[in-house]
Amino acid sequence: MRMVRLPWLLVTLGACFTWAQSPTYGVGKTPTAEEIRAWDIAIGPEGKELPPGHGTAQEGAKLFLLKGCGGCHGVSGTGGRAPALVKWPDNVPAPKPPPPGMEGMHMVPDTGIMALRSPYAVTIWDYINRGMPLGKEGTLKPDEVYSLTAFLLFKNDVIKEGDVMDAHSLPKLKMPNHNGFSDAPEWKPKTPRLVGYP
Amino acid sequence: MDSKNRGRRGFLKDAALAGLAVGAARSAKGEPIIAEYSKKDLIAYGERSRFVTSMRAPVPGRMSPDAFGLVFHVSTPLQDSVGIITPSSLHYVATHRGSYVPEIDPATHRLMIHGMVDRPLEFSMDDLKRLPYVTRVHFLECLGNRSNGAGKTVQDTHGLTSCSEWTGVELSLLLKEAGVQKGASWIVAEGAEEIKGASSIPLAKALDDCIVCYAQNGEAVRPQQGFPLRLIVPGFEGIYQTKYLRRIKVVDRFYMTYNDYGHINPDPKVTALTVQWGPKSVITFPSGGQQLSGPGFYEITGLAWSGAGAVRKVEVSTDGGKSWKDAELRSPAYRMAHTRFGFHWKWDGKECELQSRCTDELGTVQPSLAEAGKFWNDPPEKPRSRGTDNTIQPWRVASDGSVHNAHG
Repeated sequence: MRMVRLPWLLVTLGACFTWAQSPTYGVGKTPTAEEIRAWDIAIGPEGKELPPGHGTAQEGAKLFLLKGCGGCHGVSGTGGRAPALVKWPDNVPAPKPPPPGMEGMHMVPDTGIMALRSPYAVTIWDYINRGMPLGKEGTLKPDEVYSLTAFLLFKNDVIKEGDVMDAHSLPKLKMPNHNGFSDAPEWKPKTPRLVGYP
Repeated sequence: MDSKNRGRRGFLKDAALAGLAVGAARSAKGEPIIAEYSKKDLIAYGERSRFVTSMRAPVPGRMSPDAFGLVFHVSTPLQDSVGIITPSSLHYVATHRGSYVPEIDPATHRLMIHGMVDRPLEFSMDDLKRLPYVTRVHFLECLGNRSNGAGKTVQDTHGLTSCSEWTGVELSLLLKEAGVQKGASWIVAEGAEEIKGASSIPLAKALDDCIVCYAQNGEAVRPQQGFPLRLIVPGFEGIYQTKYLRRIKVVDRFYMTYNDYGHINPDPKVTALTVQWGPKSVITFPSGGQQLSGPGFYEITGLAWSGAGAVRKVEVSTDGGKSWKDAELRSPAYRMAHTRFGFHWKWDGKECELQSRCTDELGTVQPSLAEAGKFWNDPPEKPRSRGTDNTIQPWRVASDGSVHNAHG
């Protein structure tokens, strides 16, 4: 009897498995590969999603002024109303405190400078691509984003002025703060966030 | 559509005025007393009394709106709060780099789920509303909330937390529809606003209790809160609660987005404390800036919550933490939700210090600042809490009845 029933059991189990893998509600549509590509702007640290293109710091320096970046961040990438992007030079006196109402625009201290704080160069590319320039987000072309990223990396002594940044070279850069972060512990439900913390 | 609406509204306005004039109260001279706001549209969408003036406030340090017209951080007036639900119009607002409120037409809004899934899927708002939904009460809180001497009132120290009833589809349902592939371990949730803010969230959390919400407190999610769609990640720090949600990408690693990068810390212990909130509570009355009229009975009241689950117990101390007594829970203790507590108190008119502390369902107890400092081996005179701050907030009641931040 048992020998006869076993195949049925396997068939039933197999059916359950297949059922669990297929959609229950069937609501929603399948996006096309094109539609996914158009929206897929999250670039992981390995840079798998980086588009073709390239740029250098020299090109980036021109774009930094042309695209209006310098207007908010300061023409040299520091001392503007928007957060500093380049470390303040050691041999130049620090700027005076901003006028009332403008204080907040200087709230990002030097440790917040992306090229110095970000463990991965790719994060800078991703952020410029999705979030800049203010009010014209998403309008920069890949070559422009590579160039602006290269410019910030060069100004913060991470790369040389002529280094070409592309989908291949950018993820490989070892950033100054490469070891400056730690992963959060694996999250589990109903578990204290940090055992031993009062 | 617009002109039609206006016509209808105009009609409703006239109807409202006519209706009120008939039944309105009358002054001593016999003229009807009609409140100023009754001249507005009271039928289509109600207003609060003009005698109620509770207001949000921009958080100092970086004003909202700032030099670019961006809103950065705006706090909830917790000193006026009652119950556990924050009115949607008083819900705190926080943005990572400062933000405009985007105008998103729900008719064209889409949520895409892709990456390491068997079936990439795209949902319209109508699609999402066809699916089974849940309604749950959850608090949100920003990392910027810090119980230290910098704030005078509870709005200053704790105003970056609020609590709403959220309604939407469980993210686990949508992920099962898409079929998460083996090897996936994180999701990246991304918004549709100008900066397309994105956060990495552990897949385990995404499959546990996250909700893709289209409603808040019985109406559509407010524009400042992510209209038309917001991801609620119960108990996690504010930045994970992705507004204007348009994309979930299933991935196999932490993605180090711009939002994530703001949280990074070289110490894994600190990193652990930046993700999920610990057990926390604060007395909202009497709190900093308020005034007691004289000795006698007062009901001490406040809010308690925890990112790990439900509030199990709240204790109150009226002697600066030397002795503790159990407070009463005055609301349901929902998981990852503000929970209202009350405590009978007879003030003798002498200077004293009020504190509250929360114990959550895991048995974890809210620490004092001194206890947190001890954990980090800080010098006793300079204790500092790291990550999301859940330390006890002390309020000092002076003998004249004025209430002050005892950290100040």
